[in-house]
Amino acid sequence: MITLILLIFSLAFVLFLLPRKLKGYQAIFISFLLLAVFGWLAGKIKLVSAGSTESEAVDWLPQLGLNIGFLLDGLSLSFALLVSGIGVLVFLYAHSYMKSYEGTTKFFFYLLLFSGSMLGLVLSSNLIQLFVFWEFTTILSFFLISFFHEKEESRKAAFQSLVITFVGGLAMLAGILLLGSQVGSYELNDWIAGAGTIKQSKLYLPGLLLILGGVFTKSAQFPFHFWLPGAMQAPAPVSAYLHSATMVKAGVFLLMRLSPVLGGTPEWTSIVPMIGVLTMLIGSYFAITQTDLKAILAYTTINALGVLVLLLGINTAPSVKAAVLFLFIHAFYKASLFMVAGFIEKKTGTRDLNRLGGLMKSFPITFVITLLALLSMAGLPPMLGFLGKELIYEAKVQSPGFASLIFIFGFISNVFMFAVAMRILFKVFFGKPVNSFSVPINKKFFFVFGPGLLILLSLILGLSPNLLGKEIIEPAATVVFAQKVNVELALWHGFNLVLLLSAITVVVGSVLSYVLIKNRSVEEKWDRLNKRLFPVNLPHVFTRLIESFVTLSKRKTQFLQHGYHRYYILTVVVFTAALLWLQLILTRGWDFTLSLTLQPFYISGLLLVIVIATVYTTITSSRTRAIISMGVVGYGIALLFLYYSAVDLAITQILSETLIVVMFVLILQRLPFFAQLSRKSSKLRDLAIALVFGGAMTVVSLMAINVNFSSPISEFFMANSYKKAFGENVVNVILVDFRALDTMGEVTVLVIAAMGVAALFKSKTLKK
Amino acid sequence: MNSVILQLASKYVRGLLIIFSVIMLVRGHNLPGGGFIGGLLAGLSLAYKGFAFTQDIVEKEMKVRPEYFMVIGLVLVFASLWPGLLLEGTLMQGVWFTIPFPFTEGYKFGTPFLFDIGVYFVVIGVTVLFLFSLSEKN
Repeated sequence: MITLILLIFSLAFVLFLLPRKLKGYQAIFISFLLLAVFGWLAGKIKLVSAGSTESEAVDWLPQLGLNIGFLLDGLSLSFALLVSGIGVLVFLYAHSYMKSYEGTTKFFFYLLLFSGSMLGLVLSSNLIQLFVFWEFTTILSFFLISFFHEKEESRKAAFQSLVITFVGGLAMLAGILLLGSQVGSYELNDWIAGAGTIKQSKLYLPGLLLILGGVFTKSAQFPFHFWLPGAMQAPAPVSAYLHSATMVKAGVFLLMRLSPVLGGTPEWTSIVPMIGVLTMLIGSYFAITQTDLKAILAYTTINALGVLVLLLGINTAPSVKAAVLFLFIHAFYKASLFMVAGFIEKKTGTRDLNRLGGLMKSFPITFVITLLALLSMAGLPPMLGFLGKELIYEAKVQSPGFASLIFIFGFISNVFMFAVAMRILFKVFFGKPVNSFSVPINKKFFFVFGPGLLILLSLILGLSPNLLGKEIIEPAATVVFAQKVNVELALWHGFNLVLLLSAITVVVGSVLSYVLIKNRSVEEKWDRLNKRLFPVNLPHVFTRLIESFVTLSKRKTQFLQHGYHRYYILTVVVFTAALLWLQLILTRGWDFTLSLTLQPFYISGLLLVIVIATVYTTITSSRTRAIISMGVVGYGIALLFLYYSAVDLAITQILSETLIVVMFVLILQRLPFFAQLSRKSSKLRDLAIALVFGGAMTVVSLMAINVNFSSPISEFFMANSYKKAFGENVVNVILVDFRALDTMGEVTVLVIAAMGVAALFKSKTLKK
Repeated sequence: MNSVILQLASKYVRGLLIIFSVIMLVRGHNLPGGGFIGGLLAGLSLAYKGFAFTQDIVEKEMKVRPEYFMVIGLVLVFASLWPGLLLEGTLMQGVWFTIPFPFTEGYKFGTPFLFDIGVYFVVIGVTVLFLFSLSEKN
């Protein structure tokens, strides 16, 4: 599995190296690659459904307990099959769809990287690694949404989704770290084994909430759902792949993955279903009044994600079973609906429901595909969607806790979904033809191949659902529920309460859709009513929030980054001095012994010279004299080094002192002449600061003499310098051997600083 | 500065300083000296000439840009890390071997010395780049 992911990631870069002639077929190549992945995964179905798993692990940072680990079990297999299988079809579709755009290589590069990251995410067995892939998908989603980056809405939507999912991702990381600290590992196995510890710890609730933050942002749950309709700015293949079938399911995946670890507690069964129900209702309710085809689909996706979260929140065997099944159902019909929507938009140049109509005659195949997909969405037989809806009703009826409430809301949402499906069908395909087809589209085959195959699958599986049930749904549900879940699927359940419910849903839904389709003013009035009922425009609130944040940081930056070098230095010095004094007062180690001697006399004399030169530097009004007397100080110190037989230090000091003087002289030529250098008050202020800082440094160095660590490292250096490093000059051996890493860093910093200096001077001359 | 003595002296002093800097570099492992000191000396030799004439002339006469010195230095520094990994199993481990030299015990050469040469070049590059940038006319 590691090789698989690496292969995908490296092949994505190969796309840029393809010769021009082959560039037109890159999507076909990729779909073959993903087909191979799909085939490999499909070969493992038998193995996994028999109950065994496959895992791989490589040490990554063993010191931190981090491994790169992949796990193929029922859950990850079903997600991986979806990602690779739908990937194949989406790439084929995109081959035709993206023909007319610039920058397709970049597009396929991102999309293939996304496939790899998504596979990596679902196959991860280490949670930190999962987080890394999770963020990859976030970033790639950003690039894909902003593919049409010339449009401002695209950029805005991309930014919005990035910020929201990114903040959620960070919350999730924090949650993983919190809970990981309870079991001392980030391995999934350890978490499952330590589920009891996690659930009983005090950090359970905060950890759960943080992880749910990631889940809810990624899977577009209320109140973060608004980024998903915005994300419809992306090209249709992206909407079909990322924003309906796979990426937005990542949150659901994590819920499933962690349900054996975190699930089943009162907190879980109250928070998760509540958010799920709200999202489900909001999604279906707002879907009904939208006029943009893709926006409708986005809201129905939100509804579906709400249903999935709700089912996982209920956390019983039937609900988990229903969730896994619904995952497939939704991926099948929603991916094909998005592809069809993209096709219609290409062909007619619009995706406004009110400007479409009567397309049935022109596109009979598309019509059949859409019809079947919408049947599946509305939950009608003989599609797989019917089965799903029945199971979901069953799960809701049997849910512990607020069964009746969940049940009523579920019913309402299903009615809306039915109405939405009918509305799309009638508005787009029936009625008077209103469209002229200006854009010719060749290669029609790939436009219908992907959605057609998915819908065919949906139909076949609806008729004989156990093809999917035993081999795929059951192992996955078993992993999620952590107990054996029996999956027996059948299209016909006999007459029971659930069937009756379906019938009522259809009847009420038909009435609703009839009213809506017949009379356009109802739709408009309803839309207006909605705007009055829900005046809070979440995307707008988000933009305002970001704007005020930017203003705040601008003000903060203007306060702190004023651009005066002298005040920067002042700040640094003042804070250093303050911290030093604070520490000195706290430790109270005043017991330094002073042994002042004036012997030998030439050293005392040297010190006197240094002090005089220092004072002279501060009081002289001539720059040249100040620099020269600073040089005197430096050379004096070099002599002191020499006296205490630190020859290397002395040489270095002399050389660098000389250079400093030379450079100062060069700088002097550039400085303007001031009549007065600084005011008296600021001079006094500087004096005070200098005294405080100098005092701190003096006390620190006096104390340093008396501090004795257990054994000075210098002894080791002295003993081993020649034995191990073949050098007699210990200073040099430390620099180039014992502490070579430090020197390497210093040398690199030196080069960077030099580059900076050169660039500064160059840019100054350029301006003039 | 326009001093004939200084200008004449610079011709010889510069060469001497550079030779001296190489000596400092080579003997650095056992006696006072080393790449840093050597590099500073070599850099100063250019500053010296700059004072005798002007920095422009030095810059014009210099055939290699100081940036290249920095690059060469960094490459040498990073190159010296790997032999240890390949031969001894640890990154940055010093590897030494003796170059046979007639009538003596041979000359010891090792990756730390290579590292020091890298430092030498980096310091030359940085010093000269500073001097050139500062003396550029505006």
